[in-house]
Amino acid sequence: MTAPSISIPGRVEARHSRGLWRDAGRRLLHHGPALVGLALISLFLLAAVLAPLIAPFGPIEGKLVDRLQPPTGGHLFGTDLQGRDEFSRILFGAQVSLQVGVVSVFMGLVMGGLIGATAGTFGGRVDAALMRVVDVLLAIPGILLAIAIVAWLGRGLPQIMLAVAMTNVPLFARLLRGSLLALREADFVVAARSLGASRLRLLMRHMLPNALTPVIVAATLALATAIIDVAGLGFLGLGPPDPRTAEWGTMLTDSTRFLRAAPYLIFFPGLAIVITAVGFNLFGDGLRESLDPRLKR
Amino acid sequence: MGKYIIRRLVGAIPVLIGLSIVLFAFVHLLPGDPTRAILGQHATAATVASLRETLGLDKPLWEQYLLYMGQLARGDLGHSVVNNKPVLGEFMTRFPGTVELTIAALLVAVGFGITLGRLAARHPQTWTDGAVTVVSLLGISIPIFVLGLTLQFFLSVRLGWLPTSGRIDPRLAIPTVTNFMLVDTLLAGRPEAFVNALKHLVLPAIALGSIPLAIITRITRASVLDVANEDYVRTARAKGLSERRVDGRHIMRNAWLPVTTVIGLQVGGLLAGAVITETIFAWNGVGRWVVQAISNRDYFVIQSSILIFAFIFLIVNLAVDIGYAFLNPRIRYT
Repeated sequence: MTAPSISIPGRVEARHSRGLWRDAGRRLLHHGPALVGLALISLFLLAAVLAPLIAPFGPIEGKLVDRLQPPTGGHLFGTDLQGRDEFSRILFGAQVSLQVGVVSVFMGLVMGGLIGATAGTFGGRVDAALMRVVDVLLAIPGILLAIAIVAWLGRGLPQIMLAVAMTNVPLFARLLRGSLLALREADFVVAARSLGASRLRLLMRHMLPNALTPVIVAATLALATAIIDVAGLGFLGLGPPDPRTAEWGTMLTDSTRFLRAAPYLIFFPGLAIVITAVGFNLFGDGLRESLDPRLKR
Repeated sequence: MGKYIIRRLVGAIPVLIGLSIVLFAFVHLLPGDPTRAILGQHATAATVASLRETLGLDKPLWEQYLLYMGQLARGDLGHSVVNNKPVLGEFMTRFPGTVELTIAALLVAVGFGITLGRLAARHPQTWTDGAVTVVSLLGISIPIFVLGLTLQFFLSVRLGWLPTSGRIDPRLAIPTVTNFMLVDTLLAGRPEAFVNALKHLVLPAIALGSIPLAIITRITRASVLDVANEDYVRTARAKGLSERRVDGRHIMRNAWLPVTTVIGLQVGGLLAGAVITETIFAWNGVGRWVVQAISNRDYFVIQSSILIFAFIFLIVNLAVDIGYAFLNPRIRYT
């Protein structure tokens, strides 16, 4: 007669302790859509970084005699109203989108994160007060908030970054607060607290690392939205102060008058925005599914 | 339930007050002088001073804020510095345009979103599912202005099927009654004008509805798949119910809840998206008006219109929450 099998929790634990991120990385490598997303993001990053090296023309260099030329060998994506090479401008436009997108999401993450972490750590009145501030921000629909900020602070890259960041603040604040509030009562946090860990140590060592996963996923997806919002501001005429700057949204708005004569001036910048957004969305979704294996596609 | 509604309504008051302070501070603390915007750069110091007095700009800020709140309480949202028309009146004439567009976009999003989501969930992991997933991915990733311009190019410029912009052919001269073009054309008894207005509505509604369409598709698919794996669905099949009945009574009834919540949440996003959509399609609504106010530096219009927008946004979200509580008996009003 064989002895009944007994599962030993310790051993099971040991087998699974490869680490959340290593596990997730492994799953990510087998996640087709995420890899496609990664490839598209790489394309975008390469365009931004290598723009000065691979662009055949400068972003503001053009001759009026060459204007509104359809795509040819000399000008892969054609030329715009000022005779500037559209392909080169799209490459340089990636720099603006990358810079503004990353900085604005980071700013939103820091501001929202601070609000959310404070609210989620202290709870009670502090939480109630901070969440009312977030409610005020949430009460203004995203792009309108961004438009208002740029309209008042004036046009400029820092203003655009702040504007797009502000639209992300409520998202990150609520996300982090929610996770932290749930974690406050988790067994391992209660254990650490009862061992006399300070509030700061509890937050930094025990709670934050466990609350970050959804935040990282949200940040990846927010990059897609941020890049679309930046282009949206440009499209509404609230782009970079120098109208010559190669910015995808501004390029589109300049071309709307030539929808009939030069539709390629709409398609190529539009395609650039879509490819980048698809990249971040695919990768973000893949990341979410890899970090949380319980989620099934 | 009654208590819950009252508590939510009371909770909205501090948010509105906070919002009014933020907007007030924006207009008054930041660079730029409304009097200069009204009078231009060449006005004499005396005219500027007298206008400042008329507008109450010479008083201390807190007093100005209280005056502003007093005005709001009386329903006076100020006047445009560009044409001196009352903001509230201007808002009310344009708001029906935005509502018409938003409702049309919501119909597109809900109609196609739920159909596509159910279709994908019925055939998971097949090419149908894949195609639907791609459509919803594109819906989320294509900005309204890119989709709008692309639709304009193919369906209006190239094929000439639909009009490029505007709410109706101006030659039709429809008398304005409600400012809802579809209603006004019917009130005028002009079916050909109704069709014309409807045609003008199609492209903007698709462009604006694309993002909610994608989100509703995803949620419907996930929700239906979730419910379809429940034990009681297997039981229903096992006892020999027709697939139609299983789908209608056992799956969809339970899958509705998350879908309705998400639909409600989209309304706010649609109002925001209307700003861009109206600009592309020269649609005479509130969004386009705000964008024009911004380029004209029409301070009071910006301040008040954003406040009204936010107010509507809050009301809509509140209605969604209450509707959700009503639909879901399991929710606790705590």
